[in-house]
Parts: sequence; C-alpha cells; structure tokens
Amino acid sequence: MSAIITLSLLAILVLYLGIFKLRNALLSVSLIGLMAALVFELRLWNEEAEPIFNGMVLFDKFSLAFSILIIFITGLILLLSKGYFDKISANIAEYYALIIFSLTGALLVVSFHNLSMLFIGIEIMSVALYILAGIRKKDLASNEASLKYFLMGAFSTGFLLFGIALLYGASASFDLTEIKNYVTTNSGQLPAMFYAGILFLIVGLAFKVGAAPFHFWTPDVYDGSPILVTTFMSTVVKTAAFAGFLRLFITCFDQLQSFWVPILLVMIIITLFIGNISALVQLSFKRMLAYSSISHAGYMLFAILNMGVQASGAMLVYAAAYSVASVLAFAVLIVVKRNRGSEHFEAFNGLGKSNPLMALVLTLSMLSLAGIPLTAGFIGKFMMFSEALSNLHIALVVLAAINAAIGIFYYFHVIINMYFREAEINDQISIDMNYKTVLFIAAALTLILGIYPDFLTHLI
Amino acid sequence: MEAIIQDIQGIPLNHYILLSSIIFTIGVIGVLIRRNVIIIMMSIELMLNAVNLLLAAFSAYHGDASGQVFVFFIMALAAAEVAVGLAIIVMVYRNTKSIDINLLNKLKW
Repeated sequence: MSAIITLSLLAILVLYLGIFKLRNALLSVSLIGLMAALVFELRLWNEEAEPIFNGMVLFDKFSLAFSILIIFITGLILLLSKGYFDKISANIAEYYALIIFSLTGALLVVSFHNLSMLFIGIEIMSVALYILAGIRKKDLASNEASLKYFLMGAFSTGFLLFGIALLYGASASFDLTEIKNYVTTNSGQLPAMFYAGILFLIVGLAFKVGAAPFHFWTPDVYDGSPILVTTFMSTVVKTAAFAGFLRLFITCFDQLQSFWVPILLVMIIITLFIGNISALVQLSFKRMLAYSSISHAGYMLFAILNMGVQASGAMLVYAAAYSVASVLAFAVLIVVKRNRGSEHFEAFNGLGKSNPLMALVLTLSMLSLAGIPLTAGFIGKFMMFSEALSNLHIALVVLAAINAAIGIFYYFHVIINMYFREAEINDQISIDMNYKTVLFIAAALTLILGIYPDFLTHLI
Repeated sequence: MEAIIQDIQGIPLNHYILLSSIIFTIGVIGVLIRRNVIIIMMSIELMLNAVNLLLAAFSAYHGDASGQVFVFFIMALAAAEVAVGLAIIVMVYRNTKSIDINLLNKLKW
C-alpha cells in the first residue's frame, strides 16, 4: 500500500514542481519516487499476505511481482521521455504526473481483492491515458486516437460494470473470496444471472486488453498516439490489465472452466489470426507493432486459459519479455523517427551500416517478439505452449505455432530493411545517454531472461 | 429508510433486472449507431446509470449497503470521465469544427 501512496503523492509533487518551473528536476524526482515505490514493494515480499483495508487490496507475491515489473518498465519509459515532451509543449510536468497517476491505477488493478477496486483501478489508469493519448493538441491523428480511446474505454467500462452488478446480484458481495465461496457452495445451481455476469466481464476485460473481436480500437489508438504514450499503453497498461484479468479468473471462476473455456478458446484463435495477418500487410513499423501487440494479447490469454499452478509465472515471464522487447523497439523507433521523420519500414533502411549497435538491439528485440530461442520471448512462448499442451489443447497449440511462424515474416521485415537495403541518406544517428542506458538495460534483460529464465519462473 | 426498502422490495427483482437491461441496451445501441459524439457520451451515461439502478435494487434486496456505496464510486468516476471526455471533444472541435465522428477517419490501414 505504501507504494500506491508514494506514487500518488509523487504525482502531486511533480505537478507542484511544474508550478515552480523546476523543469530539470522533473525526471530525477520522478525516477527517485519510482525507486522508493519499488523499495516499498520489495520490502513486502517476504511478509504474510492478508487482504487489508476491509479486504479491498491484497499484496501477495502475484501482485508484488507484477507491481515491480510495471514500476520498472515505467522507469525505463520515463528515461526515454528526456527531450521528448519538450517538443510538444512548454508545460511538461503534467505529462510526468499523468504517467505516474496512470501507474498508480495500474498498481491497484494488479493488487485488487474487491471488484470495486478493480473498477477504480481501471478507471484511474485509463482516464489519465485518455489525456495522454491526445497530448499533441494540434495533431489530428492524436486527437482522433484520444477520442477513440475515450469512447471505447468508457463503452467497455459500461460492460465491465454491468458484469460486476450481475455478479453482485447473484452473490451479494464484491469481495473475491466471498464470490469464490459462493461459487463453491452453489456449484451446479448457479443462477443464469451469474453466468451472464461472467460473460459481460469477459467482454469488458477483452476490450481493455485488446483481444479480438473487441480489438478494433487498438491499432488506431496505438498508431495515433505519440510513440512514448503508445509504449506505455502497450506495455504497462496491457500487463496490468492482463494481471487483473488473470487474478479475477484464477481466484473466482476457477471451478466454472467448462463455461468460459470454450469462449476464451474462440477468442484466442480469432485474436491470433487477426493480429498476425493484419500485421503482415502493414507499411508502418508503428502500426505493425500495434497489430503485433494484438497477437501477443492472444498468446497472453493462454495463461488465463490454462490456469494451472504455473499460469501466473508464465504470465509474468511473457509479460516481462514482451514489455522489455517492446520498450526496446519503440525506443529505436523514437530515435529513427526523430532523425528520419518517418515511421515506415523504409526509414530503417541502411541502419545496419550507419548504426550497427542500434540495429543489433532492434534485431534482438524483433527476435524476442518473434520467439526465437535464446531470447526472452522464446521462454515466454515455450511456457505458454507447454502449459496448453499439458491441458490437451493440442489443436490450439498447432494453430498458435502456425501464427508464430507468420509472426516471423513481419518481424524480419524490419531486420531485412536494416541490413539488406541501402538508405538514400546514410548518416549516422546520434543517441543521447538516457536512450543508450535504456537500450542497454532492455537488451541485457532480454538476453538474460532468454538464457537463464529460472529466477522469474519460480518467483510466484 | 425502512419504508423505502419495503417499497423497493414490493416490486419483484426481475422487473428491475429487465428495466436495467432495457436501458443498458438502449445505451449500447445509441453508442453503436449515433454519429454525434455528444449523443454517444449521453448513451454511455445511460449505460452507467442502468448499472447504478441495478446495483441499488440488488443492494436493497440483499440488505447490503456495499452496492449503494459502489453506486457513489460509479457516479464520481463517471463525472471525472465526462470531464475529460468533454475536454477531448472541445480539442477535437477546435481542430475540425465538427463533432461528427465520421470525420475522424485519418487512421486506417
């Protein structure tokens, strides 16, 4: 809880720094605050987890591990923000504050123990993001992304709330433990209202995580938002939403698998095919990453489908691998866009010659996203698939393997552009220190996780 | 208070569920077919208020206050969301001089 309090106070402090025009202190203060929150989370690690505040939140190992992951990724993203927001506006404190507020919401989503906290967390997380998506006030694409995100977000919140209301009507409680007890005592004779509630919850949460057939807003919003905000949305927010999804289903609806597993199966297959096939035909690297994030949502749904002892660990590894690789890819995209003015694949032409190191880390990130061995992405996919196999979803794994093969095509597109195409202007792109740090940390993590994944898999 | 709860319980629960579902459906259809952003936002409010009504009815039937507290949360957060949403609409209006969502089709594959 101290982490959540720290972060809310930090965001307010950052706003005050903005009032007093201390622009240079913003980044360092935000990073120190994140560090403090991280320390608070780490200190809770070995303590006995009990639901606190009348059962509102529960800081068990699951929530702590995901909290640490998203705080860490936010730290990386904030490092990238140096010199990024300055170009947009003179008042940049708000952007830092909004990112931190959104992170606070994400922390609530991963540690909720009461459906009201799930709702509040999701709202805190999204409302800040609606603003962030539209921070380029004069840019039509950014406006459109912001409006679409807002409308779709509010619409899906309606579904989520209707689901929560129906569950409450059946079980007379918002508390996860009590809903679980209700399911256990009444198994076999649950009212239709309860099942309808689960359906609405699936719809609402699928909207939030961007799984098909509720994915249609994702590419537009990811494409239109500023790259840094897209990075935040596709890593931190996605991870948090998935962790909340998994937590809800693993605690409450474990015994009702025969009801929702078929629904989820269909969703996974549609998500994988739509994400991968649409990504195949993209010309813009950013939009390709948006579609690839849809297909990764499909892979991450595997963890919810399997629901074994290993499911949380597999989800953590996959989310970590995917987030780190995405941050890497987006960081390179920001640098390339800044220097060559385009997000298209052609902008990457000849990068292998002019900036060999940057091309190398981008290659590493693409390999990780495609799931090639010795990178973190491979371990993530391997764990998801082996869990699914042990649950005898053989047809699903075959389809997913086909999709992973399709994925290789479009991830390698940019690698081919970097190494085998000549650029018109072959000037070297200079990168500043912060970007170098982020690229180094993310690349190192991708390799370490790929070679020695054990320390994450057995964490929770 | 007792009298109100008895009044609420005088009507069968199914009627509340039916009414809320109808209002919710009207909201969903409104979001899907209307092209004016303000009307879409009104439809979203309709969805949220259907949920509020349902929660209040359930709360009275179960004799449990937490449902009504949840209604306050929904109202507060819906207000925050509308504030942000209207700001976004104003921003869009300044750039396009319109609040028709069909104009916003720059992002496509």
